[in-house]
Amino acid sequence: MEGRKGDWVQIYKVLLQPEQRSPHIPEDTKKVPLELRVKGFLTHDAKINDQVTITSLAGRILTGKLVAIRPQYGHDFGKPVPALLSIGKELRMLLDKAGEER
Amino acid sequence: MKDASYLAVMARRNEVMKRSVGIDYEEFEISPLAFDYERLMATTGYSLDDVYAIQRETQVGNTPLVELKNLTALARQLAPSGKGARIFIKDEAANPSGSFKDRRASVSVHHAKVNHYPGVVVATSGNYGAAVASQAAKHRLRCIIVQETFDSQGLGQPEIVEKGRACEAYGAEVLQLTVGPELFSVFLQVVDETGYFNASLYTPFSISGIETLGHELVMQLRVREGRDPDMVIVTHAGGGNITGTARGVRQAGCHAMIVAASVDLRGLHMASDKDFNRKAFTTGHTGFGVPFATKPDRSDVPRNAARPLRYMDRYVTVTQGEVFYITEALAQLEGMERGAAGNTSLAAAFVLAQQMDSNQIIVVQETEYTGAGKHPTAQLTLMQQMGIEIRRGDPQENIPGKVIVLPQHPRQMRVQEVDLDQLRRSYIKNAIASLEDSKILTDTCIDFLVDETRRDHRFVKETINLLKGG
Repeated sequence: MEGRKGDWVQIYKVLLQPEQRSPHIPEDTKKVPLELRVKGFLTHDAKINDQVTITSLAGRILTGKLVAIRPQYGHDFGKPVPALLSIGKELRMLLDKAGEER
Repeated sequence: MKDASYLAVMARRNEVMKRSVGIDYEEFEISPLAFDYERLMATTGYSLDDVYAIQRETQVGNTPLVELKNLTALARQLAPSGKGARIFIKDEAANPSGSFKDRRASVSVHHAKVNHYPGVVVATSGNYGAAVASQAAKHRLRCIIVQETFDSQGLGQPEIVEKGRACEAYGAEVLQLTVGPELFSVFLQVVDETGYFNASLYTPFSISGIETLGHELVMQLRVREGRDPDMVIVTHAGGGNITGTARGVRQAGCHAMIVAASVDLRGLHMASDKDFNRKAFTTGHTGFGVPFATKPDRSDVPRNAARPLRYMDRYVTVTQGEVFYITEALAQLEGMERGAAGNTSLAAAFVLAQQMDSNQIIVVQETEYTGAGKHPTAQLTLMQQMGIEIRRGDPQENIPGKVIVLPQHPRQMRVQEVDLDQLRRSYIKNAIASLEDSKILTDTCIDFLVDETRRDHRFVKETINLLKGG
């Protein structure tokens, strides 16, 4: 995939290799690198996995590996959760019952 | 050119800090252990009235105080006769970026603007990022947010991804990192390189911004009900919320009991890559609440202006399932769809109201916005994906990182008391451990420990003797 100068993209960079990490962290975290992802506008045409520079929203020039062109926000509302679905109905019934008893 | 390597930046830490917040923290040190807290708080130069004025300028504050009549009725149904305090909630989601964090951001960003900083930078994975970005947009300042967003598989915590989106929507650069406390050095490098103002959550600017919240809720209740609240309950993480709120409540001349509430996530490590996405709450939990109470100066500034032990009269925990349950109840019974983490204190309030008299009033001091990523269904879907069991039942069966249990009936809602004296002893232990030589404990040090723990000299001295004995 190719990105054009000015495209909104995401770049990636390893900031610390596992052996460079702080000694005061749990073992599982020590085994993996500290990574950075940041978005901005591509300053030149490039392909995915190229080393590129971007202009961030704060106007800074940042470098890293191009990992996504026009990245989508992937987060959503999730799936309907059965453990949540009946709570409203149950609570309304409790309140209605209390109203009748009064 | 300055050496930008990790060690070089860390070595210049105090110098970088001093320039980036405009406070020389060394000025306030009065003994090997103690600093003058009230003088540090006064260093902002902004009175409560000034803060109100700053916040009016950017539409922060003056949020509605809402009586939760249906939740109160439900609580009374479960409570013994004559019990069941009226529950009110401060709808802080009505702030510009959707949470009380706008109050904290407003003073910092105003201060950055009037002192001609070119921009603001902050290390936060929470609502505070959106708040700073929103305020920076209003003041036309540049803004950088440093977040802990992903685990090593590249899986983003949906709530943090949403907050990153919000920051970008307000025009901020968002540096998204994987798990680890080295975030601080990355943040420090950005501060050093850019010369931006450090809008830390823990400066006196940030804390003074919350004082209006405590003050305002008391004033609103006086107008509306002609009386003060009996209890104000605060979701507790880093300690700023309870510190600022309590200070504001007291400045209003109100003596309500101040209660802290956190989601119980004990057993999960905050710096663990594996545990990162096994938490359905990214804030308001014990992973911040306990360490920030017992070692407040672990923050990103030399002295934390949030001193939770000075202000909490009581500290309770609730479970993840109970908070999701009350979040659902708030939507379904009160027509208010709000974010779960902010409802931590509401879950506790629902239980505590049942222990209070029906003529009493309890104020839950915040709500936060909800949306994609932040919603209970988004968080519970992630938990399911991570192999965590989700079911209805007795919330006591909750195991952080393994099982989330939503109550089957509201009578199963409970609070767990946190032993404050135990936290105070941990605080003293940590404070003493920070000294190079425990023999240099002066009277000023002891007085400071008394103020910090809100106990007497005897308690402090007994704790120190116990530590020496052990």
